[in-house]
Amino acid sequence: MKPAPFRYFAPETLDEALSLLAEHGDEAKPLAGGQSLVPAMNFRLAQPAVLVDLNRIAALSFIRPDDAGGVVVGAMTRQRAVEHSELVAARAPLVTETVPYIAHAQIRNRGTFGGSLAHADPASELPAVALALDAQFTLACRSGQRVVPAEAFYTDLFETACGHEELLVDVRLPTAAAGSGFAFEELARRHGDYALVGVAVAVQRGADGTLIDARMAYLSVGPGPVLATRASASLLGTRGETEALRVAASLAAHEDIVDPPSDIHATAAYRRHLIEVLTVRALTRACSRAQEGA
Amino acid sequence: MDDSALIDVALTVNGTHYQRQVESRLLLSDFLRHDLGLTGTHVGCEHGVCGACTILLDGEAVRACLLFAAQVRGSTITTVEGLAAADGTLHPLQEAFRQAHGLQCGFCTPGFLLTLVPFLAENPNPDDREIRQAISGNLCRCTGYQGIVDAVRSLSRTGAPKPAHEAET
Ligand SMILES: Cc1cc2nc3c(=O)[nH]c(=O)nc-3n(C[C@H](O)[C@H](O)[C@H](O)COP(=O)(O)OP(=O)(O)OC[C@H]3O[C@@H](n4cnc5c(N)ncnc54)[C@H](O)[C@@H]3O)c2cc1C
Ligand code: FES
Ligand code: FES
Repeated sequence: MKPAPFRYFAPETLDEALSLLAEHGDEAKPLAGGQSLVPAMNFRLAQPAVLVDLNRIAALSFIRPDDAGGVVVGAMTRQRAVEHSELVAARAPLVTETVPYIAHAQIRNRGTFGGSLAHADPASELPAVALALDAQFTLACRSGQRVVPAEAFYTDLFETACGHEELLVDVRLPTAAAGSGFAFEELARRHGDYALVGVAVAVQRGADGTLIDARMAYLSVGPGPVLATRASASLLGTRGETEALRVAASLAAHEDIVDPPSDIHATAAYRRHLIEVLTVRALTRACSRAQEGA
Repeated sequence: MDDSALIDVALTVNGTHYQRQVESRLLLSDFLRHDLGLTGTHVGCEHGVCGACTILLDGEAVRACLLFAAQVRGSTITTVEGLAAADGTLHPLQEAFRQAHGLQCGFCTPGFLLTLVPFLAENPNPDDREIRQAISGNLCRCTGYQGIVDAVRSLSRTGAPKPAHEAET
């Protein structure tokens, strides 16, 4: 239950951190809040030879408005700071609603927004929220930066588009457009546990009140966060009537990419049942919020 | 720097300044217990679940088992040893735990106390639901939690003041 030896670096600038990652390749791991990486090291599930601690890079910790009406969150911003940010509450209310579901206050005091997104645990809340919001991830390496949409960022179980020499530096959450509504629902055995199933939804009504956009994203139902595209598309053109929500929920529970596991916590069948129940709840709230916004 | 190279750490724990050299992989929980002899910080699970190792790092409750000692250079830490006054008078939260049977074996108690001190500073008047939510990241195998909730509720009008060593400064 003690970590294997490693070389420790605590750079104070992004450039230094990127140089260290370039130099050490896949031997090195960035250390953010450590709330997933350190448990894995204590169990020796992870034995990186080099740790590049990002905690002293002040430039990676910020929450600021962007010109398009959205908000940009630096990767090293603590989950707790995001939870209490008025700017995030105003511009990305789905994030504010979801963060308290992550673990416990002591974990969120240390765990970072970017660390949770980069870790890509299929049972974690923020990756699903990023998919529902169509968030844009900025990745940096020594030779420059690129922007990757959430859908392209998540590639497989604990796998992302972020290469060994890259860092996630910030995440852009687009503005909540007029007529949009959001909601998050999950079921966990105890408060703060990883959820059996969770769903983040974002919908938008057009001028005539029908839905012109819908994105339903799930956690704990596949190898990563899962966007139920067919189910989401079924909502377009409806007014979000109860029957339309039921149809969408049922489609989501049976979409090909929705493949919930059976484990000691729940069977796959029970998880599918939860997908339907939680989807109807989340869509009902999101659609009624969208009404208010239109 | 080879793997065994030692890293300098200077920090303040419970108002006392310390300077030590540590191996990179030394957990903060082990540093406090073995290097500084502050064995009040307990270690239950070493993966962030039980909360026994909770300490205050620059005023915020965090897991000492999920930090490396090398990371806390320049920080200010409070452990359970820093709660009572120098003459041994218990911190009001400790006194409340004593009165309300908020502990039996006491293994979990340091983690509960250090979780609750900043919680009560932010929410001096929590209801039972808020109290239970605040302690949801701490496991106790003895009390059934009721005594702990009672202890916090008994303080909820007055709030819990800062740890003794911080109040003095
Ligand atoms: C008891 C407990 C309960 C938890 N419950 C939940 C829960 O319910 N829901 C949930 O979502 N999470 C939960 N977590 C995990 C927590 O949210 C972590 O904080 C989060 O998963 C990882 O963020 P971190 O900042 O701690 O990253 P770290 O643990 O430091 O890093 C995680 C991984 O991401 C990589 N990484 C970190 N930052 C970057 C970056 N900027 N660029 C590229 N790669 C990077 C690291 O190299 C590492 O591989 C729990 C943790 C604990 C200990
Ligand atoms: S020992 Fe740190 S949380 Fe259990
Ligand atoms: S008093 Fe024994 S574990 Fe809590």
